Amino acid sequence: MFGYYLDLAMRSLRRNKALTALMVLAIALGIGACMTTLTVLHVLSGDPLPGKSAQLYYPQLDPQDMDGYQPQDDPPVQVTWTDGMNLLHAGRADRQALMTGGAVPVQPAQSAIDPFFEDARYTTADFFPMFEVPIRYGRAWTAADDEAHARVAVISRKLNDKLFQGRDSTGQTLRMNDVAFRIVGVLDTWRMTPHFYDLNSGSYAEDEGVYLPLTTAYELKLGRNGSTDCWGKGSDPDHMDTAPCVWLQFWVQLDTPAKAAAYKQYLVHYSQEQKALGRFQRPPNVRLPDVMGWLDYNKVVPGDVRLQAWLALGFLLVCLVNTVGLMLAKFLRRSPELGVRRALGASRREVFMQLLVESGVIGLTGGVAGLLLSLVGLWLVRKQPSDYAALAHLDLSMLLATFLLAVGASLLAGLLPAWRACQVTPALQLKSN
Amino acid sequence: MDILPILSTLRRHKITALLLVLEIALTCAIVCNAVFLINQRLERMQMYSGVAEHELIQVQAFGIGDTADAKAHAQEDLTALRQIPGVTSVALVNQVPFTNSSWNTSVKLDPKQKQATLNATQYFGENLLKTFGAQLVAGRDFEPGEYLEMRQVARDEKLAKKITTVIITRGLGEKLWPGQSALGKTIYLGGDPVRVVGVVAGLIRPALFGGDDTAQWSMVFPLRMDSDNASRYVIRTAPQERDRVLAAAVATLRKTDPHRIILEKKTLDDIRAEFFQDDRAMAGLLAGVCIALLVVTALGIVGLGSFWVAQRRRTIGVRRALGATRRNILTYFQTENFLLATIGIALGMVLAYGINLFLMLHYELPRLPAYYFPVGAIALWLIGQMAVLGPAIRAAAVPPVVATRSV
Repeated sequence: MFGYYLDLAMRSLRRNKALTALMVLAIALGIGACMTTLTVLHVLSGDPLPGKSAQLYYPQLDPQDMDGYQPQDDPPVQVTWTDGMNLLHAGRADRQALMTGGAVPVQPAQSAIDPFFEDARYTTADFFPMFEVPIRYGRAWTAADDEAHARVAVISRKLNDKLFQGRDSTGQTLRMNDVAFRIVGVLDTWRMTPHFYDLNSGSYAEDEGVYLPLTTAYELKLGRNGSTDCWGKGSDPDHMDTAPCVWLQFWVQLDTPAKAAAYKQYLVHYSQEQKALGRFQRPPNVRLPDVMGWLDYNKVVPGDVRLQAWLALGFLLVCLVNTVGLMLAKFLRRSPELGVRRALGASRREVFMQLLVESGVIGLTGGVAGLLLSLVGLWLVRKQPSDYAALAHLDLSMLLATFLLAVGASLLAGLLPAWRACQVTPALQLKSN
Repeated sequence: MDILPILSTLRRHKITALLLVLEIALTCAIVCNAVFLINQRLERMQMYSGVAEHELIQVQAFGIGDTADAKAHAQEDLTALRQIPGVTSVALVNQVPFTNSSWNTSVKLDPKQKQATLNATQYFGENLLKTFGAQLVAGRDFEPGEYLEMRQVARDEKLAKKITTVIITRGLGEKLWPGQSALGKTIYLGGDPVRVVGVVAGLIRPALFGGDDTAQWSMVFPLRMDSDNASRYVIRTAPQERDRVLAAAVATLRKTDPHRIILEKKTLDDIRAEFFQDDRAMAGLLAGVCIALLVVTALGIVGLGSFWVAQRRRTIGVRRALGATRRNILTYFQTENFLLATIGIALGMVLAYGINLFLMLHYELPRLPAYYFPVGAIALWLIGQMAVLGPAIRAAAVPPVVATRSV
């Protein structure tokens, strides 16, 4: 029966090409706009580390003085060197990493390449296993390297391609800011989306090209990127390790919720202890958001992207209302034909099914056209200057969603017209009016 | 006009008429808000900077490795840059408008205040006002003897107390002392007093993290930067000389110190265009959606109009046979569309207001100005009339003889 309905649908659609084209176009435009914006939203609001993000936490403390104290205020979004190092050395979590962003002048050995700046991450050894960073050649540095302020570096695959044509460069020397570093590892292709571990350098920034031990970078006074918030006496660029400033990110891995609860308790104790020592002045104010909680708190997905998704949904709605009207017109116009079918013994149900198949075909065609449009739309998004632009690609789940949305929407649009057309009284239509 | 017969006909096509009304309402509501958003973006892109934008070039130059003689280095660079023909003024500054990263500090009006009054940006650099072209509207620029070395101030708390003068923008003065002249007034940074000696018409903050309302909260301090704590050389020249001077400046900086990296060599016009690129893209996208919506709605009206004409061919024939002129038939369909559009627009206005309330709540947008409503209504009426014209002309062309045929 389905084959027969399909055949009928095709004939009917061919009969009034302009109207059919109009309906398909409306659905295609609506679906295209929706899928473009929803794909962008989907990519940007995704989980950066599925399966692991619930075990990664971002401890927040309040080390500020009483100046401007408001009990309801959130603690600072970064930590001081002192607190970061204290928490790191306490080692109460399963893994912990203290870090900041930076930029280093890279001086290639080949004279063909001019020195250039490369984004860097100054961090501690656990960074790599904690964030499941894939390593192509060599290995990450160790906690002992951190303690020894070792002149070692891990570089990205992209930088390795640029400087060493993709060969295994571990053991080689890389000069940065007039200092020789030994390359111990080369990463595989890797991009954290969103760039959750340090949102200062852009929520969807590309990952860094150079990774150095934090202690080494500090000792060599390498250039830093990111925000610094100071209070009281403020910052002294030569003594950032003791300055009353927050400028580092600290992440911990806590494998079970019980450990997370215990860690939060530990942060409270730590704050009290620091207050007793006279370093902290405010009452303990700690937070321990996990990755998704942290992204949520920082409202990482740009407002414009949400707004665009709403706009596209509105557009789809208009397109669907349009399609319903046109389908209704088309189906009602065929009342005589449907009357004949009813008089020849087709039940209401069968006529209804026939019409729904027809709207399904319209939806599917519109869906295919809409898919093409959304590919064009995503291509246009990628041409845009935003830092997330390059991420706008359709994945399998969104491809499936496109078809479900297209067929679902057009079936929904077909329901009312098909139902109305079924109400036709056969006898009336058979009279030669 | 024959509104009553039209209404009674429409009653027989309740669902189709309702769908048309709904479509017009939704389009009206979305387009009104989208045009409003576009205007917001375009307005933002016009933001006043207070500097001579078309005359400025920025070059960032970073030394590699040891920077012990940064002070001498910077002076050498500045002297060399000043000798480039066509250069009117050069400054080494800590920050430049529209670069999305900034130095800020809290400002108090009373040293005993617990909560800071506001957070404003700090511009440092000798010769900054003259190079930027910021217009003094009251007071004076800094005297050469007033400048302190940034590298010393950053490391010596006692020296920080020696900064006693500041030049602020009119916008910041108005915010701190509404209705009064800022000149001669005192602000406090930390606990240290600083006196306002000059007021400039405007000087935009490099980054607008605090929202666009805070754009003009800027202060200029008499601090001399060196190549260790600043990298932004700002050069002022005639607009048509910019490309040549930019190339010459890069070559000069390379020559004075080959051991460095030159980044970001751009005119301020380019920097500004980049700063607002997301706004431009969003405005373009919204405009595209508006046009698409109006086209889809117009096509919907054409489609449904054609259907109605085809369905009513016989009725039209009868009316024509009974003496209705072509003109009457044309007006009939136009009036019908006008009625439907009016209901749709009325509904659309309510919806537009609702959407605006939602946007105000979630995106901190201002209220939709009232003049959008009549403008939106006229636009949709026009589109409706244009869209229905084709089917209506076809209807008017139906000959009276149709009445005699039994289909």
